[in-house]
Amino acid sequence: MTTTTVPEKGTTGAPAIGTHVRDYLERVRGGDLGALPAVIGLVVLCAVFSILRPAFLSPINFANLFTQGAAVAVIAMGLIFVLLLGEIDLSAGFASGVCAAVLGVLLTNEGWPWYAAVLAAMATGAAIGMVIGTLVAKLGIPSFVVTLAAFLAFQGVVLLLLKEGTNISIRDQTILAIANKNMPPVLGWACVVVGVLAYAALQILQARRRAGRGLPASPMSLIAFRVGALAVISGAAVFVLNLERSRNAVIVSLKGVPIVVPVIIVLLLLWTFVLHRTAYGRHIYAVGGNAEAARRAGIDVDRIRISAFVLCSFMASIGGIIAASRANSVDPNTGGSNVLLFAVGAAVIGGTSLFGGKGRALDALLGGAVVAVIENGMGLMGYTAGVKYAVTGCVLLLAAGVDALSRKRAAATGRR
Amino acid sequence: MSQAPVLELRGIDKSFGPVQVLHDVAFSVFPGEVTALVGDNGAGKSTLVKCIGGIHPIDAGQYFFEGEKVHVGGPRDAATLGVEIVYQDLALCDNLDIVQNMFLGRERRSGLILDEATMEELAAKTLESLSVRTVKSLRQRVSSLSGGQRQTVAIAKAVLWNSKIVILDEPTAALGVAQTAQVLDLVRRLADKGLAVVLISHNMNDVFAVSDRIAALYLGRMAAQVKTSEVTHSQVVELITAGRSGELGLQNGNGATS
Repeated sequence: MTTTTVPEKGTTGAPAIGTHVRDYLERVRGGDLGALPAVIGLVVLCAVFSILRPAFLSPINFANLFTQGAAVAVIAMGLIFVLLLGEIDLSAGFASGVCAAVLGVLLTNEGWPWYAAVLAAMATGAAIGMVIGTLVAKLGIPSFVVTLAAFLAFQGVVLLLLKEGTNISIRDQTILAIANKNMPPVLGWACVVVGVLAYAALQILQARRRAGRGLPASPMSLIAFRVGALAVISGAAVFVLNLERSRNAVIVSLKGVPIVVPVIIVLLLLWTFVLHRTAYGRHIYAVGGNAEAARRAGIDVDRIRISAFVLCSFMASIGGIIAASRANSVDPNTGGSNVLLFAVGAAVIGGTSLFGGKGRALDALLGGAVVAVIENGMGLMGYTAGVKYAVTGCVLLLAAGVDALSRKRAAATGRR
Repeated sequence: MSQAPVLELRGIDKSFGPVQVLHDVAFSVFPGEVTALVGDNGAGKSTLVKCIGGIHPIDAGQYFFEGEKVHVGGPRDAATLGVEIVYQDLALCDNLDIVQNMFLGRERRSGLILDEATMEELAAKTLESLSVRTVKSLRQRVSSLSGGQRQTVAIAKAVLWNSKIVILDEPTAALGVAQTAQVLDLVRRLADKGLAVVLISHNMNDVFAVSDRIAALYLGRMAAQVKTSEVTHSQVVELITAGRSGELGLQNGNGATS
């Protein structure tokens, strides 16, 4: 404060792209790594696996990655809300199992139409979150304990719903399509074009409006870079997914973007919008950063807490539906074993802090991709489940370690 | 004192269970002036401030705001009147930037979407009106700010809402010499803008540097409320430690008996 410097502030000219790059590097050096570890990890893992097992790069495996990782990524996206508050939801995995069981029972045993069963499953998820959130926020039981109890209880509920462990197969074509069917290739390209154009238009419009009011805005070169990056990545992904994946294309053609991909992207856009463009999202960050400050600012902290758990369990229900669709069935293991740990791992690997206040919906996808790549790649290498678990555990530990270290570094450089 | 007080408290009593913390306290705050609220630890400064801010309901007594008797039932009521308190711990969210902190809980929206541009403009205008030129970018996270800058943001946040009274709880306690000078400068500017400022402080130098009026609490009683220009340093210290100083202060000496 002793040195009074006022560069840039209030100047109408947009800061040059060099400033942005320098600011970013400075942030990273100061301990604010963001998604950088996840992106680097993803690149390294993909490079290693594709060298060791060329099959890793085949279109069919690429498509598999999406369907394999989808449920975990969706659950992780919900967990972000809870993690942003510095809480944890250990029950999200089995909550998704319960919701999938509700879906299965209603769909197959009771013969409900798919939309009614899906709504019921989602409502179940929201209700679960409501109960957990109320116990945490109003009674003040630590979320770790509440959700650990729920973790055990839901395991039992799944068994009860499935009549002691029978397997309910899903036959409804709409539900099965989510993880098993693909979009027509043309539609995939249309989505890319519309998405990139919309993104570019939004960015330019925002920059224009800010510049018009004399506020610092992103320079055109930066916008061009962002739009270009989005176009290249989404274009490449759709191109590969539109390749013929079937071993025998004459009998059955298998190409196009799996339907689960647009589902995830819509959820990503929705939650990114909620977190960054609405007052509610702002309040989530505020409660995670400093609950007392949020309380004094007139924010209903309890309501924010409860709503985060509701959103988490709600997203878990969607994850459960996707898992049921992928497995074509619901069994006592749906949402069980490693699903929750993978989801927490995905969020943390993606750059969400376990200490609250830091994280984005996109983190869940990036981290989910890392987890999916590890599982998939190690499977191709022929490693056993034991090795896979051990490696994923180590990666999670590494990610949490990076988080803790970057916090330490941030505190040392005054950026905490 | 040509002006009427913007805030006037009369006969305020406040107890926590069997412990009576405030006894028959009278307190006035004038616009355009800095009123220093001094007193030893446990004298009731924080309790009085929390009563003003509506965090503690008062047991007895009257609360006049701009000459009218009002009832303050909670922090919202106080904020509506235009009373803002900057607490010692500042209550800022480290993970949010300056603009986000200043508008926390009262975000500007257009429809469902946050109106970031308007908020940024208003924040810039407020900081400018306070002649704050020490922050590089309004989109800086608060975590990257120094102690004095944080204090500045917290004060600017309080001023943003066209508040009439700003109460500062030990704003310089954790600051170095240069930063203290800057914050005191800012406090003075607030009063010069016509706001009523209440400054809680333990530091006599600060009190004499900026205040127009000094209110000394002693064991939950208002020992004296005097003009700064009419008292000396040692008189104020006596008021704080003994509740009286010559003609000034509580004449029965011991505030513990009633």
